[in-house]
Amino acid sequence: MTDVNDVNDVQAAPGPLGDTVRAEMAQIIARYPEPRSALLPMLHLVQSHQGYVTPEGIELCAEVLDITEAEVAAVATFYTMYKRRPVGDYHVGVCTNTLCAIMGGDAIWDDLSEYLGVGHDETTDDGKVSLERVECNAACDYAPVMMVNWEFMDNQTPQSARELVDRLRAGEQVTSTRGPRICTWKQAERVLAGFPDELATEGVAAGPASLVGLELAHENGWTAPEGGQRELGGSTK
Amino acid sequence: MTTLTPVLTARWDQSDAFTLRNYEKADGYKALRRALQRTPADIVQIVQDSGLRGRGGAGFPTGMKWSFIPAQDPASPKPVYLVVNADESEPGTCKDIPLMMADPHVLVEGVIITAYAIGAKHAFIYVRGEVLHVFRRVLNAVAEAYEAGYLGQNILGSGFDLDVVVHAGAGAYICGEETALLDSLEGRRGQPRLKPPFPAVAGLYASPTVINNVETIASVPSIVAGGAEWFRGMGNEKSPGYGIFSLSGHVTKPGQYEAPLGITLRELLDMAGGIRAGHELKFWTPGGSSTPMLTAEHIDVPLDFEGMAGVGSLLGTRALQIFDDTTCVVRATERWIEFYKHESCGKCTPCREGFWWMVQILERLEKGDGTEADLDKLLDMSDNIAGRSFCALADGGVAPVVSSIQHFRDEYIAHFEHGGCPFDPAASTLFAQELGAKA
Ligand SMILES: Cc1cc2nc3c(=O)[nH]c(=O)nc-3n(C[C@H](O)[C@H](O)[C@H](O)COP(=O)(O)O)c2cc1C
Ligand code: SF4
Ligand code: FES
Repeated sequence: MTDVNDVNDVQAAPGPLGDTVRAEMAQIIARYPEPRSALLPMLHLVQSHQGYVTPEGIELCAEVLDITEAEVAAVATFYTMYKRRPVGDYHVGVCTNTLCAIMGGDAIWDDLSEYLGVGHDETTDDGKVSLERVECNAACDYAPVMMVNWEFMDNQTPQSARELVDRLRAGEQVTSTRGPRICTWKQAERVLAGFPDELATEGVAAGPASLVGLELAHENGWTAPEGGQRELGGSTK
Repeated sequence: MTTLTPVLTARWDQSDAFTLRNYEKADGYKALRRALQRTPADIVQIVQDSGLRGRGGAGFPTGMKWSFIPAQDPASPKPVYLVVNADESEPGTCKDIPLMMADPHVLVEGVIITAYAIGAKHAFIYVRGEVLHVFRRVLNAVAEAYEAGYLGQNILGSGFDLDVVVHAGAGAYICGEETALLDSLEGRRGQPRLKPPFPAVAGLYASPTVINNVETIASVPSIVAGGAEWFRGMGNEKSPGYGIFSLSGHVTKPGQYEAPLGITLRELLDMAGGIRAGHELKFWTPGGSSTPMLTAEHIDVPLDFEGMAGVGSLLGTRALQIFDDTTCVVRATERWIEFYKHESCGKCTPCREGFWWMVQILERLEKGDGTEADLDKLLDMSDNIAGRSFCALADGGVAPVVSSIQHFRDEYIAHFEHGGCPFDPAASTLFAQELGAKA
């Protein structure tokens, strides 16, 4: 479990994958009817310990699942979230799919990439921030959208994007615009492996754009017809 | 006039709506108690009678899908699985993610009722990996549901057992395709499978499997509670019920609007404060980038399955991406095709190679270096990609190309007559003034 007080701890250099990691892998495998289903979360776990999918991580997954390293590598290279070299403590995505790109994502990308002096899939020299052009992240109503360690940073501008990376590089605590305090890349990957931290209840239930329709309905007194969850005694047949 | 009908979105404005306590306060898990008092066949029947159609894009009747699960030989039953498709990655689509973030318990309740109806003792929620906080909220809701006895052994004393696993994907649009999702969930590269056999017969681990979208499953508790007739009281005969419409782009108030199917873009735009000030609607997608784009001419067409098919498009995921007159349609199309090129799983040549070539041509056209012959070539290639590939990614991917040439051929031509793109990209942004865009 992650201690919420040290969500900002600097990431350690990749340590070896020892018995603790094997035990965690066994826990992941136990969730599934067939062991191989554990491979995706196991690769997230490898990234949570080593920052990326290392040759050692591939070897261990293969050994634990009794499949070949080539099979593990074939899976690891198929998915964009698995990295083949270290990323920054804060992995920053700029959505450049069509909707965000047009609403300003392209301008943000150009500016930020120049500002940081790094391109797609590259990391700043201090190891703090890496950049990625990401595809639609299912937040188009908050365009232009950025992500930090897969948390939402909604409604960005070139200026707000610069401020964001400045704060991340200065080690300040940054909070998602409709989520929790942002943790490090490795801690994020641990959650994705299915080991929860304490942050689930931080942040709002819904951001402002998610609520525009509901608020309009309230203003106008619009509701669904009687029934639904409100009236459980209603007839069903 | 059609008005909004919040059902799925109704609890989103309550603080901490995502906790079990608050969900129960809003009558959550009562539909489950009710469902467990009926037979599984009754539940399938209610959903079939409601006419609910899948909310993941294709609109397949949900109750019918469930009824395809073959009866199991009691002597040697095969396990039945329920898989929730929470991979939401179709460009423009942004409804399942806020739903799971605000109200994950309605999904969990839907999962339990559905699993009971189809006889599944194991369910999986496959969430795309790039939405960490949403994943947390769903994990947390499942943990709370176990603690409260809604999951696990002998649920609420009914004798029904269910385990739910929340599984994170790792970044691949194709894993939203249901059979690719199954391969991915089995720990493989996410590549589509040949159908038949359909998942209902041989799905996860070659066992009978139902795969449904998040919004589909989240609709089940209210249908069980309110009844089929109540559900049919919204929408129309062939497209009954409510759905979340997601407006994004150049509208005054982008966001989520839950309404009966059959509402029109004109009505939705009225509610959303119209196109942003000083501009006009140019083109829009009704249900994500894989649904052929439409224009201002189509703003009174009902947003339901038949209405959209009638104008050569698709309802898809009701992801209304709206672009005004500052937007270059060639640029938009080129970017979407880059997406399909990037996301092609590589299994079939027309899709893998075709989108790559299309990007080359579209880049040339956008720069003003194309010719009219390029447009015919694009249409030709579209014919060779769609229908000749293994899965629907290919059909969806050619949609922006074919529909943009159909509606905006002149604009393509203007690019090479003008020797470049006639639009200023800065003018389309939300911070056009700061960038000093030409008005
Ligand atoms: C390329 C591709 C991507 C898809 N992505 C999704 C997705 O992210 N979410 C989803 O629910 N359905 C997606 N689908 C549709 C699924 O294959 C499937 O039809 C759906 O999950 C069934 O659920 P429903 O009947 O409840 O709609 C996709 C289909 C294709 C071809
Ligand atoms: S059509 Fe494209 S995405 Fe679908 S199976 Fe073929 S190569 Fe893969
Ligand atoms: S296009 Fe950027 S979040 Fe959808």
